[in-house]
Amino acid sequence: MLRFVAKRLISLIISLVVASIVIFLFVEVVPGDPAAYMLGLNAQEDTLAALREQLGLNGTLLERYASWVGGMLRGDFGTSYTYRTPVSEMIGERMWISLPLAIYALTLSTLIAFPAGIWAASKRGSLADILVMGFTQLGVAIPNFWFAMLMVLVFAINLRWFSAGGFAGWDAGFGPAMKSLTLPAIALALPQASILARVMRSSLLDTLGEDYIRTARAKGLSRRQALWRHALRNALIPVLTIIGLQFSFLMAGAIIIENVFFLPGLGRLVFQSIAARDLIVVESVVMLLVFAVIVVNFLVDVAYAVVDPRLRVRA
Amino acid sequence: MNRSLIIGAALSAVFVIAALVSFVWTPYDVLGLDIPNKLKEPSAAHWLGTDHFGRDIFSMIMVGARTSIAVAVVAVGIGMLLGVPLGLAAAARTGTLLDEVIMRGNDLVFAFPSLLIAIMITAVFGASALNAIIAIGIFNIPVFARLVRGAALSLWTRDYVLAARVSGKGVARISFEHILPNVTNLLIVQGTIQFSLGILAEAGLSYVGLGAQPPTPSWGRMLAESQTMFSFKPHLAIFPGLAILLTVLGLNLLGDGLRDWLDPRLRRAKR
Amino acid sequence: MRLMKFATASALAMIVATGAMAKSDITLAMQLEPPHLDPTSAAAGAIDSVLYSNVFEGLTRFASDGSIIPGLAQSWVISDDGLTYTFKLAEGVTFHDGTTMDAEDVKFSLDRARAEDSANAQKALFASIADVEAVDASTVKITLSAPNGSLLFNLAWGDAVIVAPESIENIKQAPVGTGAFKFANWVQGDNITLEKNADYWGTPAKLDKVTFKFISDPTAAFAAVMAEDVDVFAGYPAPENVPQFEADPRFQVIVGNTEGETILSTNNKMPPFDNVKVREAMAHAIDRQAIIDGAMFGLGTPIGTHFAPHNPDYVDLTADSAYDPEKAKALLAEAGFAEGFTTTLKLPPPSYARRGGEIIAAQLREVGIQTEITNLEWAQWLEEVFKGKDYGLTIVSHTEPMDIGIYARPDYYFQYDDADFQAMNTALEAEADPAKRSALLEQMQRKISGDYVNGYLFQLAIPTIAKAGVQGLWENAPTQANDMTAVSWAE
Repeated sequence: MLRFVAKRLISLIISLVVASIVIFLFVEVVPGDPAAYMLGLNAQEDTLAALREQLGLNGTLLERYASWVGGMLRGDFGTSYTYRTPVSEMIGERMWISLPLAIYALTLSTLIAFPAGIWAASKRGSLADILVMGFTQLGVAIPNFWFAMLMVLVFAINLRWFSAGGFAGWDAGFGPAMKSLTLPAIALALPQASILARVMRSSLLDTLGEDYIRTARAKGLSRRQALWRHALRNALIPVLTIIGLQFSFLMAGAIIIENVFFLPGLGRLVFQSIAARDLIVVESVVMLLVFAVIVVNFLVDVAYAVVDPRLRVRA
Repeated sequence: MNRSLIIGAALSAVFVIAALVSFVWTPYDVLGLDIPNKLKEPSAAHWLGTDHFGRDIFSMIMVGARTSIAVAVVAVGIGMLLGVPLGLAAAARTGTLLDEVIMRGNDLVFAFPSLLIAIMITAVFGASALNAIIAIGIFNIPVFARLVRGAALSLWTRDYVLAARVSGKGVARISFEHILPNVTNLLIVQGTIQFSLGILAEAGLSYVGLGAQPPTPSWGRMLAESQTMFSFKPHLAIFPGLAILLTVLGLNLLGDGLRDWLDPRLRRAKR
Repeated sequence: MRLMKFATASALAMIVATGAMAKSDITLAMQLEPPHLDPTSAAAGAIDSVLYSNVFEGLTRFASDGSIIPGLAQSWVISDDGLTYTFKLAEGVTFHDGTTMDAEDVKFSLDRARAEDSANAQKALFASIADVEAVDASTVKITLSAPNGSLLFNLAWGDAVIVAPESIENIKQAPVGTGAFKFANWVQGDNITLEKNADYWGTPAKLDKVTFKFISDPTAAFAAVMAEDVDVFAGYPAPENVPQFEADPRFQVIVGNTEGETILSTNNKMPPFDNVKVREAMAHAIDRQAIIDGAMFGLGTPIGTHFAPHNPDYVDLTADSAYDPEKAKALLAEAGFAEGFTTTLKLPPPSYARRGGEIIAAQLREVGIQTEITNLEWAQWLEEVFKGKDYGLTIVSHTEPMDIGIYARPDYYFQYDDADFQAMNTALEAEADPAKRSALLEQMQRKISGDYVNGYLFQLAIPTIAKAGVQGLWENAPTQANDMTAVSWAE
């Protein structure tokens, strides 16, 4: 077990290093000049040069990479070009929107998917199963930003139950803040719930067909008891993996959804900083998001191995 | 033949045909602006209405189909062209450094939230259909590599493959002559799935302005442009969104149908 | 018992007072957020939009009708040779940190702006100043190297506001000026708050607090206004919604003009645009009204040259470039391009550029000119088009007032290099007599129209959506500013 974890840990570190190099190289290729953007249409060449010197855009690639990584390890994500405030502060503020949103969406998605998947599996072939399969087919095919737009049209503009976007702010209270995250969370959760429900259903169907279930039934357990006591636990394993993967999709999807609902989260920050050519913010936020995905994948792998000892033995 | 396959094929075909027909005919020219006729509701003259420049939405959807399908297909092509050989190579040389490197490379690409990287690629190198293809294609490579590797690994243990090795055939020849034909069905099914994902990805990229550029119509961009107006002209947002939904749905059903249809065949190995 | 009554009475009084006070705050939304808060070291108009006349003041300033009125300088005397300006400063002016404002501060500000290493984006405004002298605490003498008829006008710009050496260190994050409002707080990415300056030297502001919110997305702007989250949206970005707001009794719509000449900039040194016949052909291929209707939903005034139509010296030359596609094709054939040609059309983010660009592309296509559209963010646009001059056509709105002088700069991004025009501009700068200035301005307008330097499209209009009870907002934007000093709520 320990060897397994150690191996995966090394793998994780290598992934992080390679990712950071890729990100850094990428961002350095950006063909815009932050100084020119800040000084505007009528600026003179000499003022541009002065500003470029001020912002430290003149070191070698290696120097700049080293100072970036070194800084991150110390918790210093640099200072934003456009706002002249520490990036860690900006990330901190935005985190309070992106993280709750992701958790909210994940919770909604699980709450919808599990019962739906289990129900469909236990009533295989019936109307309920067909309905669930039908809805999930739609849920997977619908572009989440379009679904978001439709929700805004119905719930915000026509019914006025929700605002069309924006974040109420945590100072406005837990209720109002969560309310402004509700439509976005639903938009994010729908496709994920659909995928999850299908995986739950097929995984459960697979386990229900296994020998040990037949044994349990033979021993006298009812269908329901067999389901809950044995099948479900084992069916959960692949489902857990999917939840881990969902984290990656949630973050990707959140970038677009944050734009649809103009939520000042990490996704929007990436967009705004790319437009503003704020290299340091782009580098650091992307690195953070990738770091989160890699770490979550690692944790899922370890959890997976804890739950299923067969996986600890690798060829 | 099952229901899913038939419905899926029919639905997808509608849009593929629309895309092909758009090369020779559309009800109106999508490049011609007709500003006095802007923002008209669906009518006999304009079946799906007009947009803020007076362009016919039905025609825009037909040409948009061309954009989405082209991007998704080429992206799948890239994924297969590069991913399949990688997967075959990894399986053929399993346990060696090559396998390890390919696997780690796959994991690394999977670790990046795909949309985020697609956004960065298109934002850095410029927004265009071509860059969208590349960005989406890059993410298809590990999908096919992993799929092929997994399938190939089990095929390598088959008798006739072992026999071929013993008879002196090279690893590459075996991969192409024996392994590859047996993973084709898997590739067809996965290809359909990646195709549908590609359509969604292209729509997402165009929505944020990073896909095909004006004046080339694109479904995602049509949705983005409709945002300030769809509260009083809903048809602007409903039709492009519906187009995306139905195409993706069709492809998903087709993929499911193909999987069910080809499944028994997967067990029978070709010599 | 008495204590209870007193407590209740004061509680009630406070509630009533708060009720009355609530209407002395205002939330004003705008599209672009300033990158920092120093108007003297960046050309980002957003900085002026928040701070000009609210927090910072200059020697002179713009009134809402565009005229130049006294600011910190109450009066001035100009010598006969036009080389010496003596300004008398207002008395009892203090900066927001309590320090006094006197002639030394004026000298500091102007010297800082025109210094060798100055980061001032409009250094050219100060180029003719040879020396600034603080004669006494309330008198400043500015000596010019050559007469400059626009000095008073230049000193009204946001880049020429008066700052203090004591607070200059941190000006970008904590601006300290002399205005009717003090800077209170900046939540990056969201809002900036200003509070009333109780020690203001002039007429105090009517509002106690102004919050500037930044909403760049047109859909977000629509939502914010409809939800009544903001009281005013200055420069509302989606003209397609204007009819809706006009029909809604909760709101008032104010459409004013700006100094923004929206033009189809043409790279005059890039073939085939170096041929005046080709440029003339393009001018006739463009239908201005279609662009105004399609991109701006009817808001905007057509222009025939690079000058604001609301300016009394404006000459209407739109007939020179009337919509005539047949003539355009004929001219192209004459120039040797009967088959047309292909060029690049690079567009910055604003919707007048993106939408206008699509429309122009379609119009040019009608006469055989194919354009490759590239949508750029501002940073890339500045890099490729403005600095690199690597473009054929682009669309941008020049919002600086009275900027026809840019045509005298041969290295400006459209690369128009004409000795006659340059001579006219030099004469204009030296000329102080209004009648002679008008004559020169007319000549200059005719020249750049006749040479078809750029495609002159329309003057940008600025729609402002506000709640019905807001008064005192500027209708027009003679300079980038949201002057809140006279804004209040109706009773």
